[in-house]
Amino acid sequence: MDVLQLLLSGLANGCVYGLVALGFVLIYKATEAVNFAQGDFMMLGAFVMVGLVNPHFMGLNFWLAVPIALIIMGALGYLLDLTVLRFMFGQSQTAVVILTISLGFVIRFVAGVIWGHEPQNLHSPLALGDVRFGGVVLSLADIAVIVVTLLMTLALWQFFQRTKLGLAMQAASQNQMAAYYMGIPVKRVQGAVWALAGIVACVAGILYGSKGTLDISAGFIGIKAFAAAVIGGFGSLPGALMGGLIVGVIEPFAARYLPTGYSQIAPYAILIFVLVFRPHGLFAQVRVKKV
Amino acid sequence: MSLLELDGVTLKFGGVTAVNNLSMSVNEGEVFALVGPNGAGKSTVFNMISRFYRPVRGSIRFDGEDLLNHRAHEIANLGIARTFQNIELFERATVLQNLLVGRHRHRRSTLPEQLFFAGRIRAEEREHRHAVEEVIDFLDLQVYRDKMIAGLPYGVRKVVELARALATKPRLLLLDEPASGLSVEETQDMRWWIDDIRRQMGITVLMVEHDMGLVSKVCDRVLALADGAKLAEGTPAEVQSHPAVIEAYLGTSAVSKTANAQGERV
Amino acid sequence: MRFHFKTSYDQDIRLFPDWWNFSLYVALLLLMLVLPWLIDGFYLGEVTNVLIWAVAGLGLMLLTGQTGQVSLGHSAFMALGCYSCVNFMELGLPFLAAFLLAGIVTGIIGAIIAIPALKLHGVYLAIFTLALAILADDLIVILEPWTGGVNGYFAPVIEIFGIEINRWAAPETWYYLALGTSIFVALLYRNLLRSPLGRAFAAVRDSEISAQAMGVDVARTKTLAFGLSCAFAGLGGALMGLFAGAFNNETFNFLIAIQLLMMIIIGGLGFIHGAFLGAIVIAFLPQFLSILTDNLGSASIPGLETGVFGMILIAFILFEPMGLYGRWLKIRTWLELFPFARRDMFRRQKTYLKTERLR
Repeated sequence: MDVLQLLLSGLANGCVYGLVALGFVLIYKATEAVNFAQGDFMMLGAFVMVGLVNPHFMGLNFWLAVPIALIIMGALGYLLDLTVLRFMFGQSQTAVVILTISLGFVIRFVAGVIWGHEPQNLHSPLALGDVRFGGVVLSLADIAVIVVTLLMTLALWQFFQRTKLGLAMQAASQNQMAAYYMGIPVKRVQGAVWALAGIVACVAGILYGSKGTLDISAGFIGIKAFAAAVIGGFGSLPGALMGGLIVGVIEPFAARYLPTGYSQIAPYAILIFVLVFRPHGLFAQVRVKKV
Repeated sequence: MSLLELDGVTLKFGGVTAVNNLSMSVNEGEVFALVGPNGAGKSTVFNMISRFYRPVRGSIRFDGEDLLNHRAHEIANLGIARTFQNIELFERATVLQNLLVGRHRHRRSTLPEQLFFAGRIRAEEREHRHAVEEVIDFLDLQVYRDKMIAGLPYGVRKVVELARALATKPRLLLLDEPASGLSVEETQDMRWWIDDIRRQMGITVLMVEHDMGLVSKVCDRVLALADGAKLAEGTPAEVQSHPAVIEAYLGTSAVSKTANAQGERV
Repeated sequence: MRFHFKTSYDQDIRLFPDWWNFSLYVALLLLMLVLPWLIDGFYLGEVTNVLIWAVAGLGLMLLTGQTGQVSLGHSAFMALGCYSCVNFMELGLPFLAAFLLAGIVTGIIGAIIAIPALKLHGVYLAIFTLALAILADDLIVILEPWTGGVNGYFAPVIEIFGIEINRWAAPETWYYLALGTSIFVALLYRNLLRSPLGRAFAAVRDSEISAQAMGVDVARTKTLAFGLSCAFAGLGGALMGLFAGAFNNETFNFLIAIQLLMMIIIGGLGFIHGAFLGAIVIAFLPQFLSILTDNLGSASIPGLETGVFGMILIAFILFEPMGLYGRWLKIRTWLELFPFARRDMFRRQKTYLKTERLR
């Protein structure tokens, strides 16, 4: 029973990592850039919800606030692309990495100014109930996280496989110039991806906020989500989810069975292990450059 | 005497056979050309000699040495230098620094000597510079010596790449499409340089080239490839009039037009 | 306009191309030597801080600016340098020996750690090194007997040839130690740039494939770059920890590594001057901001430093990716050529992105 409880709570945590990792993969798939600020996007999404829902801010109904928050974060993603990332066109990947790290710094600062540095709770209906079956206790939030994450991954995966826009996004990343010639509006497609990443981050944020307390350094779970994305192979959406689940499940087990101090190391040790032995994740997409 | 010898070399990418049972030998002191339509496997042959790819079958020997026993960076030390089809220069360095990298295989100084700039290193640097200046004079690059690669026009980059290969003081020079994208005058220059490289420097040249005009002027022997296999081998004139070659390039109906193809760009 | 006619190969091999350039640096050195008599102890401490950041920055610059390998994990190697230096001192070694040995040990361990990372490019390397930095934080806690764990260490007394290096009683002693180290490291760096290894670094940065064709052993070159870079970062880390007086795992948090990377980008990637200019920005920004908020009469805003730092960096990446030193080079060229400089001369070359998955 104990093991099952650990497994389930690990899965729920893993789904949050997976959702943030989905954001990385989305942007990577479509723009070949890595958004190091994705974790901070998630934090911001959660705080936007806090701002809309919590009584000492706007006090809106939770279910009314969800679409508003999604729209706000989507718009923010699009605006960021319009005002900042679009000018990175034609610069190296490394420059984008550093740019997004700085964006994360700025987002954290702005969130701190607006919402303060104290931990807060999101007033979420999901945070209330518990579900028991057998000896296992799962919060409503945990179940919501698992269900929403699965649906989200499936929807995004289908989006990339089936829809025109999804295919255009992939084409735009593999060869910008050729994509241009084929009549794909590369810049607008990129904007759409960043908007989508904002929305995914917001979903992750709402779920994360429902699971526990929030503060502005919540974005640092982005690093664990990185581990997830890398373990899954950066270009793969189901891979990102799998990676998230692996990291999520390992954490509680490591905390339970390893001596204190060693348990936090586990996700990063696995990350390094994967990078060394399967450098491009479990779903590799790399071929050799032609000369 | 043959300097480079390929024997039964085969390379597959997945299910596709890029080079199929290719044998050829390049004699010391000659200029040898590989011709063939796009995708015939010419650059792949170069990449196998450079050891970027490993053939699944066959052997590649250079001056008696089995190249398959060496790693990619050791090929230059054996005396083989090359250029690339889509110029691969060090963009954020000057022409001079690019050419000095070509001298890399002649370095003797140790890490501490380099860190503290003591001992042999100063004399060695002068020596490298002298060797590089000779190449600069040979290819008329004086004006560009301290210019960054990133700002240079295409034709000049092509010459700088040739210069960098020459700076290694090779015995065998691999030129991957030396004249592609060059103007008529630049192609003329390239022709004289290739001639001089062979005559004055005594370097054997193996090149891939589409410009049959250039090939027939500078090459002693030509090998035509199609779909990774050898079609014909011989003097430029022989290969150009070979029916299989004409067929590969132009289709069967064109065989009768053989005479016109002579010396023209195919 | 100053013309520069070369008459001998040595002019390109020497440290300074001509007398004018040489005298400029001599003047700068003299100014730095008399600085303790010109400014008070507080600002001397700040300048010391700048020099220490610059030493660590030069380490990362060698890797990122020269060899093109991004590292978000240099805080780990700074920590390694610091703890090994202290442990060598506890074993009874004199400070100077412990300090240099710490650099060497950090370099060797850095090179060994680099071996599995050799195949990683760009973002993957960034993530690998970031994971190293986070691991280092936890390892410091685990290795308590050598590191003091979360409680940390108090810096032991430092003596060089009988002179005590004390931050509070004699700030100039610390200043000279940092100055000496930064000159030493900058000199090694400059020597590398003019020798074969430095050129091999640039070759690996710009085109691994043609570096190989020129006989450069890419794996060995990257390993050496990592080793040297970590050695310098280790020296910087040792100075940083000892200068702080007390240090624990938080002193070498992974945010330090990110700051270090940001610093060299603001300063100018690939230039020795860039490390120093970036260090000036990173060390004086907090002072500047606190003076600013004081004058505006507002209370101090938590997180302001990192926020402003992030904004500055975004501005640099968008408008001047060559950093402060790159901007200075452009201004200088413009002045030298006046009135013949053209706008297009410095236009950035843009490349269309192609997928890295086909590397």
